[in-house]
Amino acid sequence: MTTVAGPETAAQTEGTSAGLRSLLRTGIDDIRSGNLGVLPIVLALVAIVVFFSFSATNFFTATNFGNVIIQMAGTTMLAYGVVFVLLLGEIDLSISYVAGIGALTVAELQRPGSGPALSGLIAMPLAIVACALIGTAQGSIVAKIGVPSFVVTLAGFLIWQGVIVYRLEQPGSIIIQDRWINYTGSYYFSHLAGWLIAALVVGGYAVSVLSGVVSKMRAGVTVPNRPLILLKVVALAVAAFGVVAICNTAKVQGTPLGLPLAAVIIVLFLVVLTFLAKRTTFGRHVYAVGGNAEAARRAGINVPRIRILVFLISSVMAGIGGIILAANVNSVDTNFGGGTLLLDAISAAVIGGTSLFGGRGEVRNAFLGGAVIATVQNGLNTAGYNPGTIYIVTGIILLLAVTVDTVARRLQARAGR
Amino acid sequence: MGASTALLDSPVTDTPLLELRGISKSYGSVQALTDVDFEVRAGEVMALVGDNGAGKSTLIKCVAGTHAFDGGEIYFEGRQVEIHGPKDAADLGIEVVYQDLALCDNLDVVQNMYLGREEHDWLHRLKEPPMEQRTAETMKSLAVTTIRSIRQPVATLSGGQRQSVAVARAVMWNSKLVILDEPTAALGVAQTEQVLALVRRLAEQGLAVVIISHNLHDIFETAHRITVLRLGRNVGLYERVKTTQQEVVEAITAGKPTKVSGIPMTAAAPQ
Repeated sequence: MTTVAGPETAAQTEGTSAGLRSLLRTGIDDIRSGNLGVLPIVLALVAIVVFFSFSATNFFTATNFGNVIIQMAGTTMLAYGVVFVLLLGEIDLSISYVAGIGALTVAELQRPGSGPALSGLIAMPLAIVACALIGTAQGSIVAKIGVPSFVVTLAGFLIWQGVIVYRLEQPGSIIIQDRWINYTGSYYFSHLAGWLIAALVVGGYAVSVLSGVVSKMRAGVTVPNRPLILLKVVALAVAAFGVVAICNTAKVQGTPLGLPLAAVIIVLFLVVLTFLAKRTTFGRHVYAVGGNAEAARRAGINVPRIRILVFLISSVMAGIGGIILAANVNSVDTNFGGGTLLLDAISAAVIGGTSLFGGRGEVRNAFLGGAVIATVQNGLNTAGYNPGTIYIVTGIILLLAVTVDTVARRLQARAGR
Repeated sequence: MGASTALLDSPVTDTPLLELRGISKSYGSVQALTDVDFEVRAGEVMALVGDNGAGKSTLIKCVAGTHAFDGGEIYFEGRQVEIHGPKDAADLGIEVVYQDLALCDNLDVVQNMYLGREEHDWLHRLKEPPMEQRTAETMKSLAVTTIRSIRQPVATLSGGQRQSVAVARAVMWNSKLVILDEPTAALGVAQTEQVLALVRRLAEQGLAVVIISHNLHDIFETAHRITVLRLGRNVGLYERVKTTQQEVVEAITAGKPTKVSGIPMTAAAPQ
């Protein structure tokens, strides 16, 4: 018994330590070759949280944590769409006012009295369809006629802003009373539901990772970095249960809050869109077109179709984000979609590490970038800084993020080849 | 002679896999090809040479289906065929490796090999394990051993490695004829050797290979036969073992048009 167990355990520990060592080595290789991944942005986020925890009295509280999640939700939805557009090497400047069109449409459809007074459950899908049509139209002009996306979407920026101003000039604003729409900005799950959602997320991730490993082993393909896979599952479990634990301790005037619905929406779209980008033929073709459109065309990929679909995704995500943003303030007014929404959304994608030149980026970049921007804005607000400071700091972070990425890529060019 | 032994080993067949007869092509008033004949057999490397403007690229683009011939006939495996588009060419088993490679730098080797032909289920979910497995097998069968991992992005590969990926991709799809447009143009000496060895292996595996090159050294190292074009016309068809670089250079620069459709079949078969 002992004679058998002895060598086995030895081999096992040796295997694990070799795995850890190879993990460390690939990590060092990655950093040296400029493939920094999400490391800098995560470190920056931690630094920002630590900084505001000390400098703003009401920042590091469970309630404010929930606020940050709700504040980032709308912008992050827009940023998810931006990632796809940037992957193609294109730009979509219309998203902030397409978000406005999404918000205006739901507000109009739910309007009681002289309006159709539809339930939010019907109004929201209809508004998203409207945005999808806008995206298809803009995408078709880019892909079929060949007008640069900068111009097409700049025109869209003006046109959709015009539509919003035209419709809302008289009433000034439309109040959103429908509870389903407002839930997207203000619904909190019960404590138990929060825990169940965390368990579902972690369980689902673990199962998908495990099935991936099994199918690879069955095909006889090497499974890279087993310890890294385990580490990721553990890290996700800590993060998911940690978020729910913090949200569940939040209270406003004695009323207990919980996990905001906005958090679930953020994670749901993160998962769905990451799947779309990384695990489907469509996603693969998006990366291919962004990397080398001519190569994609020669490989038989329908490049115009990919372009149109990407602009459709961008507009749909803008519409969803717009509904959430409107729900945050329970209304739509003539200023909706203005301010820094567009640039916050693009910055979120770029700060997270998405390249402006196409072919490089991931949906999670927008998630992390959105978190950084929302945290900075919330922290500066909480600490009572002048709004001017918020713009300046956001600008500096954007510049820093892109500079770090550019330097890293130059290192990569030097290390490679 | 080592080289001629290699020639004897190649499974060259007598009937041409691809045969072009009396091909003409003009762009407006410019006559790019006039009554050109061309053939390549399975297991053979056929070089296509000529000065700039000789019509090499036009001929290849027509075979690949990107341009249409004005006149002439195409025979593939002895049957007369028509090629109206790239898809027709691909359906016949003709693959072209272009000079600018047509690889996506941001994708890895496996992703490039399967670009546009990804294996997926009904949900369009990618089936990575079988793609990775088959890529590894193809690389192994072509003895492409210099690539450390088939999961590294193509951007991190050397010129020769990238060319190998492009060639391997052309071969993987049960192709019968692989056309290489200047495969060594941008490569250093060692990289060039790597690619030329790969080209020879393709022929040894029974594929028909057409190689376009400006580099006579490369051609004399790989090709079994050499077709020379000049100003859109045939000026010579040579067997590598029976000609000299001198003779080929003369044909390229000052060759007189010849009608070569009646080349005796026996002359081309090695021994």
